[in-house]
Amino acid sequence: MTALLTIIILVFILIAIWQMVKIFDLAQAKNENSQIATDKDNTLNGYLMMGFLAFIYIITIVCVVKWGDLPLLSNSASAHGPTIDNLMAISLVIIFLVQIITQFLLHYFAFKYKGEKGRTALFFADNNKLEAIWTIIPVIVLAGLIIYGLNTWINIMGVDESDDPIVVELYAQQFNWKARYAGADNTLGKANVRLIDIDKANILGLDEADPNAQDDIITTELHLPVGKPVLFKMRSQDVLHSAYMPHFRAQMNCVPGMITQFGFTPTVTTEEMRQTPEIIEKVQNINNIRVEKSEALIAKGEDALERYEFDYLLLCNKICGTSHYNMQMKIIVETQEEYDAWIKEQKEFKNSLIN
Amino acid sequence: MSAHADTHEEHGHHHKETFITKYIFSLDHKMIAKQYLITGTIMGIIGIMMSIMFRMQIAWPEQPNVLFEALLGKWAPDGVMDADIYLALVTIHGTIMVFFVLTAGLSGTFSNLLIPLQIGARDMASGFLNMVSYWLFFLSSVIMVLSLFVEAGPAAAGWTIYPPLSALPMAQGGSGAGMTLWLVSMAIFIASSLLGSLNYVVTVLNLRTKGMSMTRLPLTIWAFFITAVIGIISFPVLLSAALLLIMDRSFGTSFFLSDIFIQGEVLHYQGGSPVLFEHLFWFLGHPEVYIVLLPALGITSEIIATNSRKPIFGYRAMIASILAIAFLSTIVWGHHMFVSGMNPFLGSVFTFTTLLIAIPSAVKAFNYITTLWKGNLQMNPAMLFSIGLVSTFITGGLTGIILGDSALDINVHDTYFVVAHFHLVMGISALYGMFAGIYHWYPKMFGRMLNKNLGYIHFWVTAICAYGVFFPMHFIGMAGLPRRYYTNSNFPLFDDLADVNVVITLFAIVGGAFQLVFLYNFFSSIFYGKKAEKNPWKSNTLEWTTPVEHVHGNWPGEIPHVHRWAYDYSKPGHDVDFVPQNVPLKDGEEELQH
Repeated sequence: MTALLTIIILVFILIAIWQMVKIFDLAQAKNENSQIATDKDNTLNGYLMMGFLAFIYIITIVCVVKWGDLPLLSNSASAHGPTIDNLMAISLVIIFLVQIITQFLLHYFAFKYKGEKGRTALFFADNNKLEAIWTIIPVIVLAGLIIYGLNTWINIMGVDESDDPIVVELYAQQFNWKARYAGADNTLGKANVRLIDIDKANILGLDEADPNAQDDIITTELHLPVGKPVLFKMRSQDVLHSAYMPHFRAQMNCVPGMITQFGFTPTVTTEEMRQTPEIIEKVQNINNIRVEKSEALIAKGEDALERYEFDYLLLCNKICGTSHYNMQMKIIVETQEEYDAWIKEQKEFKNSLIN
Repeated sequence: MSAHADTHEEHGHHHKETFITKYIFSLDHKMIAKQYLITGTIMGIIGIMMSIMFRMQIAWPEQPNVLFEALLGKWAPDGVMDADIYLALVTIHGTIMVFFVLTAGLSGTFSNLLIPLQIGARDMASGFLNMVSYWLFFLSSVIMVLSLFVEAGPAAAGWTIYPPLSALPMAQGGSGAGMTLWLVSMAIFIASSLLGSLNYVVTVLNLRTKGMSMTRLPLTIWAFFITAVIGIISFPVLLSAALLLIMDRSFGTSFFLSDIFIQGEVLHYQGGSPVLFEHLFWFLGHPEVYIVLLPALGITSEIIATNSRKPIFGYRAMIASILAIAFLSTIVWGHHMFVSGMNPFLGSVFTFTTLLIAIPSAVKAFNYITTLWKGNLQMNPAMLFSIGLVSTFITGGLTGIILGDSALDINVHDTYFVVAHFHLVMGISALYGMFAGIYHWYPKMFGRMLNKNLGYIHFWVTAICAYGVFFPMHFIGMAGLPRRYYTNSNFPLFDDLADVNVVITLFAIVGGAFQLVFLYNFFSSIFYGKKAEKNPWKSNTLEWTTPVEHVHGNWPGEIPHVHRWAYDYSKPGHDVDFVPQNVPLKDGEEELQH
C-alpha cells in the first residue's frame, strides 16, 4: 500500500516538474535570452503563488485530518494534564488563525500585484498607525498567553509537600530505567554512585548504613496508584537522560551529579485508559498495521509481530548513546489495592543484597 | 577616506597579481566572498546528503540500502545502517548546516561581498584579517570533514554536544577522537568567525562613504552589522565552553562532570554540572539562531524592496526590530533548558523574554507583507525565495509560541515538533535567504546571470518539498515522538506514524535531488551564463555602480557620494522607478524623513 502510494506520489512529482519546465519554456518563447523576469514570468509565478497558498492550506487540512487526532490534546492521564491541553488548544487556535490570514495576505499580494510593464508601484514608505496596530495586537495576545502560560507552569512545577506525595526515584543509566520506592517510611535512603557495589547487587549505590534505605524497593516497572500525588526524584549514573512520560504531560532531565524532580497525580488507570474510545481506535489501527507488516515478515520467513496492547510509557528523550532509541520503561497506573498488593511482593533493599 | 582611496589606486593598478594572490590567498573581499560561498556550498552538499541518509533510515528502518553500503562502508554492515553512525550523521548534519553553511557560508559570503560595496568602501578595514578569517574557516571545515574518517566514528552526541555523553569516550564511540576533532574544528571556526565579525563591525562603522549615514544604510548592512555584534558577544562563550570541555576530557578537570559510574567503574569527577555546560552552550546557541537568520532577513528586505519597486515599508521599524531581536536574543537561552533541572522560576523568566521576541518578529513579517501591497512585483527567482522566506518564517515562527511557553514545552521538548519548528524558522528560512542572495548578487559576483527558468524550477520544487518535509513533522511531534531515535520500531505506540515518516522522507529525497538543478545552474553559469548588465535589477544600492568586471578597490574612479536612502523606488517626481543612492536630490525634492 505504502509502496504504491510512494510510486504514485513520485510519478505525480515528475509529471509536475515536466509540466513546469514546459510552462516556463513556453512563457519565454519570445524573449529567450533575458534572464530577468518578464511580464509573462510575473503572471505565471503570480498564479503559482496562489497555487502554493492552496498547497499550504491543503497540506494543513490533510495533516489535521490524517494525523491530527492530536494525542497530546486529549486523553491526558494526569491531574495537571488538562490545563496543559487547554493552553495548547488555545495556542494552536491562535497559531492556525494567524497562519491562515498572514499566508493568505502574503501570497495573495504576490499574485495581485504581480508586475506589469507600465504600472507604477505606490510610494508608501511609512505609516505609524499601521505599525502601532501590528505592534500592539501581538503585545496583547502574547501578554495573555504569557500570563496563562506562567500560571500553568508555576502550578505544575510547584511541589506541594503537604499533599503527602508518594516519593519515587527514577534512576537512569545507559540504556534502561529503574524505579526506587521509598518503602513504608516514605523517605528515600541516601545514595551516591560511588557506593555502587555490583558484587553485592547494590546497583543504585544506596547507603547500606542508612536506616531509611533499608525498606527501599527497586523495580524495573513503574507502578502508580491512581489519584495519589507522586513526586519523582530523578538521578542518572552516567550521561544526561530525560524522563519523558507523554501521556502524563511530564518530562524532566536526569542529570549526573544532581537530583531533579517532577510531580504529578495520575488520574486514569491503565485499564480505564484501554477502554476509552480513542485508545481502542488507536490500538485497533496500530494492530491492523502490525498485521499487515507481519504478513510481509512471515513471507520472508521471519517471526510475526506481537499484538499491541496499550500501556503508558516512560521514554528517554535526551540523546544518550547507541541504544537511546530503546530506553523505555512500562508505567502501570492501578487502583490503590492493586498497587498495595504489587508493592508487597517486591523485595526490600535489605533483603535484595547479596552478602 | 580620500587618502585611503588614493593609496589603493596606486597599488591596484601597478602590481601584477599572480594566480595565488588572486584566487587563493586573496585580500580582495569579493574573491573572499566567493571562496566562502564555494566552501559553504560544498559543506552544504555534505550536510544535505547526510540528512537524506538518516531520513531513509527513519522511513525504512534497518532495511539494507545500496546507498548506505556505498557511502558508509563499515558503518553499514550488509547495507544496514548502524545505530552509532545514525547519531553521528544527525550530529554532523546539524553542526555543518548551522555553522559551516548558514553561519560562515551565509554571513561570510554576503557580509564580505556587500559590506564594502554597499557602504562605498574600497575593501574591508583589514584585508589581511579577512583572508586569515577565510583560511581558518577552510581549515576548520577540513578538520570537520576529516573527523568523519576517525576509526571509532565522528562525534555523535548531537550538535549540542552535551556532556557527559560528549566528554566520556566510554559513553559512546564518537566521543573519542571524533569529538576531539569536532572541538578543535569548532575552536578554529570560532576564531575565524570572530575575526570576520570584528572586521565587519569596524568596516561598517569607519569606512562608509560620504553621505552614507547610519540611517541611509541598506537594511542588508544593518542586518550584517548587528549579526556581527551578536557574534562577537556570544561566540567567545561557546569557545570557553569548548575549552572547558577539552579540559574535562583531556586533563581530568570537573567543570561539567560529577558522580559518574560507567562501564563498571566510578570516575573521579566531582562537583561539576552538565547544566553549566548547557547554559554556556545556549548562551551562544540561541543568539546563533539569529546569527543565521538576521542576514537572511536583511537580504530579503533588500530583494523584496527592489523587486516590488517600492520602498521597504517601515525602514525605522525594521532597524528597531533588528535591534530588539538582537538584544532579546541574548537573554532567552534558557528556553532550551526548561526541563534541564534548572530552577523553575528561571523558566518563568525565560518564557517571558522568549515570547517577547514574537513582537519584533511579527513587525518584520507584517512590514514585508505591506511592502508587497500595491507593488509592481518582479518575480525573479531571488524574489520568489524572499517571499518563500517570509512564508516559512511565519509558519516556523508561530510554533515558537508553543515551544517558548515553558508549560507547553514540557510535553513537546525534544520531540519532532522542535525539529519542525527550527528547521522552518531558521534552517529553511536562512537557506532561502542564502539562495535569494545568490540569485540576486550572482551577476555582481560572477559577471553573469543565472538561468531564471532553472531558478523557478529550483524554487517551486524546493518550496513544496520544504513544507512537505517539515509540516507533517509537527504532528508526529505532537504525538510524542522523540527526536534522535535511530528507529521507532521498538515502540508499537508509534507504529501509526510510520507512513508519515515515509512521506517526509520522500519529500526530502525529491527536495534534496532538486538542489542539483541549482548546482548545475550555479557552476555552468559561471562559464556559460548570459553576460550581466551593470545594474540588471535596476537597484538603488551602490554595488550596482561598480563595473561588471571586478577591479581591486571596487570603483575605478572616485567612490560615489551618497545623497539619499536606498529605497527611493517609484518615487513620484522621477522618470524611472528607481533612484540610486548616489543621485543628488533634485531642486525642491525632499528626502523622506525616515
